[in-house]
Amino acid sequence: MTAGARMFSGVLLVVLILVLAFLLLPIVNVVAVSFTPSAIFDLPRSELSLRWYRQLWRLDSFWESFFNSLKIALLATICATTMGILCAIAIVRKRFPGHAAVELLITAPLMLPGLVIGIALLHALRSIQIYDALTGLLIAHVVITIPFVMRSVIGSLGQFDFVLLDAAQSLGMRPDMAVVKVLIPNIAPGVLSGALFAFITSFDNYSVSIFLTDPRVKTLPIQMLNYLDEAPDPSLAAISTVLIGMTVAILYVCDRMIGIRSLASE
Amino acid sequence: MARGPGSLTALLALPAGGYMLLAFAVPLAMLCAASFQGPSGFGFENYLRYLADPYYRSIVTNSLAIGLGTTLSTLAIAYPAAFAIAARPAWQQTAILAIVFVPLTVGTIVKSFGWAIALRRNGIVNNMLVGLGIVDAPVQMLFNVWSLAIGMTNIFLPFMLLPIYSVVRGIDARLYETAESLGAGALFRFTHVALPLTLPGILAGASLVFSLSTAAYVIPLLLGGDRFVTVPMLIANGFLNTNNRALGATMAVILLATTTLVLMLFNRAARRSRFAR
Repeated sequence: MTAGARMFSGVLLVVLILVLAFLLLPIVNVVAVSFTPSAIFDLPRSELSLRWYRQLWRLDSFWESFFNSLKIALLATICATTMGILCAIAIVRKRFPGHAAVELLITAPLMLPGLVIGIALLHALRSIQIYDALTGLLIAHVVITIPFVMRSVIGSLGQFDFVLLDAAQSLGMRPDMAVVKVLIPNIAPGVLSGALFAFITSFDNYSVSIFLTDPRVKTLPIQMLNYLDEAPDPSLAAISTVLIGMTVAILYVCDRMIGIRSLASE
Repeated sequence: MARGPGSLTALLALPAGGYMLLAFAVPLAMLCAASFQGPSGFGFENYLRYLADPYYRSIVTNSLAIGLGTTLSTLAIAYPAAFAIAARPAWQQTAILAIVFVPLTVGTIVKSFGWAIALRRNGIVNNMLVGLGIVDAPVQMLFNVWSLAIGMTNIFLPFMLLPIYSVVRGIDARLYETAESLGAGALFRFTHVALPLTLPGILAGASLVFSLSTAAYVIPLLLGGDRFVTVPMLIANGFLNTNNRALGATMAVILLATTTLVLMLFNRAARRSRFAR
């Protein structure tokens, strides 16, 4: 390697380290601040404290919104995964006219601002006299999570050879058993990682939810915006750290399932 | 045969397709219709009124400027970074991708909040600047154009980095060597080998970042203060506070039309640049 090339690769390495540090700074900062013993957002200096996590334990509005988010995210993920798997199979088989249009319709929410989806649904629900916040949130979160499941399942179905189903049947397996024993195990990793992404997308969503919550029913991100507005204290950093932990755990499972590289190529 | 395997498979698309039609396509169509519903009937009245008003026009310009600025700043960082990642050994690349995926998956509110406390007078960024001797005393960094730019760049960087990285990874390194052995200088190798080959990635990243950052709501709210009113804030206000639905619907359709147009133009350009190879 020439001296010039060595210097160039050295510069690239410095760039890389700086960029990664920049990407992680807000997250690392939040986690560090959540362990502060002080009442303002200072980094802990001499000692770490769980004061703000204990505070969280006593915060009723936090738990209420946490369970709202959990309930909505679970239900939305179940609905989206069921419908998404079925539709992904139909689209991969391409045996009907207009399959491209259906695929576009179902993946479109990925490309649209969440805000627009939120107000469109608010407008539509009010015009048919639906005022219940949980119903509206659930309907909306299924819309925004279906694309994640679809994308991931279409990806793993693309690698599945449907001839295997015929082969299983010609060897004497019942058609339904062939699906259970051959198709499902093959697409399970894709389904699981799609479902986990759907879950975290729903759990973190604010752009759609902000229009569909009401003063009594709030999701966790909307409650966080409220805290930020009214009385910000380091318990917000503790909530954020819990969310970050959840995200990292889900990413870890997805990586085990289908690998970080195929996540990146999606 | 009416119930052949083909038509049965098509039925599987029915639940999701029907659901998205009712819960997504129809509401969007209703919203568009509402934007054309003015005080004196159906027409372009709302559009003419709001786009003629200098205040609303300045807000649209604000949003477009934020989108364009974020696209350029993420591109400036992501482009060299993508080459830097691709230059590492394979196992390191996987680890780096994992690091990029964490901020991509962590929610926007958490990251904006992270920046809001990092950029405080007594926050980690000011501490570092003072510690390194770059500034003498903590500077005001929050609620101005800098905090907004830092937050937007940080949050949308992965959307630029991943598409560019995925094309950079696919470039055969021997192309550079061949160009060099044929006498091409470093600049020529960049403009005639690297740039055309990475253009599809740049366009894909740029269209994503532009449409996402133009529609960003929480980041300007938490980091820009109230000096930067953006279209999403206006939309949210129209529906949540002032109950001016005509304004909200009209601005939403303008936002939707702008981002869709940009996405389509960039995708077409990306396809062309791929065919031109």
